[in-house]
Amino acid sequence: MAKTTETVDKGAEARNAPGADAPVPVLERAPLRGEISRRGFFGVLGAAWATFTAAVVGGTLTMGRFMFPNVLYEPPQEFKAGFPDEFVVDNVDTRYKASHGVWIIRESTGFYVLSTVCTHLGCTPNWLASDEKFKCPCHGSGFVKTGINVEGPAPRPLERYKVTFAEDGQLLIDKNTKFQEEKGQWTMEGAYLPYNG
Amino acid sequence: MDKILAYITGTQLWKAFFRHGYPDTPRNRTLAVLSNVVLHLHPVKVRRSGIRLSYTWCMGGLTFFLFLVETITGLLLMFYYRPTAELAYQDIVALREHVPIGVMREVHRWAAHLMVISVWLHMYRVFLTGSYKPPREFNWNVGVILLVVTLLLSFTGYLLPWDQLAVWAITVGTNMARATPFIGHEGPGAALISIGGLDFIHAGDDVRFGLLGGRFVGDAAILRFYVLHCLGFPLVAAGLMAVHFWRVRKDGGISGPL
Repeated sequence: MAKTTETVDKGAEARNAPGADAPVPVLERAPLRGEISRRGFFGVLGAAWATFTAAVVGGTLTMGRFMFPNVLYEPPQEFKAGFPDEFVVDNVDTRYKASHGVWIIRESTGFYVLSTVCTHLGCTPNWLASDEKFKCPCHGSGFVKTGINVEGPAPRPLERYKVTFAEDGQLLIDKNTKFQEEKGQWTMEGAYLPYNG
Repeated sequence: MDKILAYITGTQLWKAFFRHGYPDTPRNRTLAVLSNVVLHLHPVKVRRSGIRLSYTWCMGGLTFFLFLVETITGLLLMFYYRPTAELAYQDIVALREHVPIGVMREVHRWAAHLMVISVWLHMYRVFLTGSYKPPREFNWNVGVILLVVTLLLSFTGYLLPWDQLAVWAITVGTNMARATPFIGHEGPGAALISIGGLDFIHAGDDVRFGLLGGRFVGDAAILRFYVLHCLGFPLVAAGLMAVHFWRVRKDGGISGPL
């Protein structure tokens, strides 16, 4: 009975032979220069792709950084505007509007300097003395004498520039430093220059 | 006469130029297109519906023609125009007053207007004929990108005359760019990208600064816009047009049935 139910396993001999289920056969000669084993191939391929990707990404980022200059050839942003007594009290002075893009306003207690850049989209408003407001010709933004926006599409007040006294007593206007009212910066040092002369 | 022609077309010089036979055979007709680097982007044969104006409006072809007009007139303008704030305006005036023909700049401008119009009409026609449906959706998208490139070419070219219209249009346009989310320093989200008060996106490194190469519209801006207008965007447009025309063929030919 045992013989008829015995199945013939033809592959048993090959499978059970010693060394038949051993891993990748070992080379019996020295590897050729640059030769990669089958197992090592995916490691090398992965490393190659990673290097290529890093090179492409690095190159693209470098090109992007190239587009942002470190030095700007722009006119100097700091200038002297004259002696304080040259300015009339409660007056909006437009002498530097075209050349430097500032209005200089003298109050009885001091000075402040407004930027002529409309906070809507960057056009130059005009000071209308009869209406006591700045009005932008592009889209109709309106600002009162202090620079606060009161009408039109301007979302925030005009910006102020830093104003101090130079060593010779003239007003020194620094356009590199700006003060924005909506951030509460008009109370900061430099936004207002006290002068009682 | 035929003998002269036979002699000429048999010379080595002729054969070096034309790598196909001269007699009018179907094979030679095919080879005349296929063996030509410029012509072989087009198919050798088109369906009759492909040349029906009432079907195609020919707006795509007109757009490409106007692009070529722009390239040639633009190239000619480049011989007289210097892209600096100091010289740009007077060079444009000189192109009208001192340079022969006198209307080269105007032709360039008119072709630009016409190209924008023809691009929109082409888009409209493709929509009306349903030529965006599968398998043509990819080509529709390529076309939309080409539309954006056309409008960008108009935007960058607008600054180059450096007149009041140009300076303020670009001032307003780039000021809109600074309000872009995340990449514009006055846009929503820019304030979030900061560590301990140190803003990473500010007036000196946002997208507006990259566009202008500075803090306001000045010399750096005009040079950048000039390079983008003459080289950057035309190269992008040329590459995308090659893809666009190729896909028309691959997807079944112009004015072919769905």
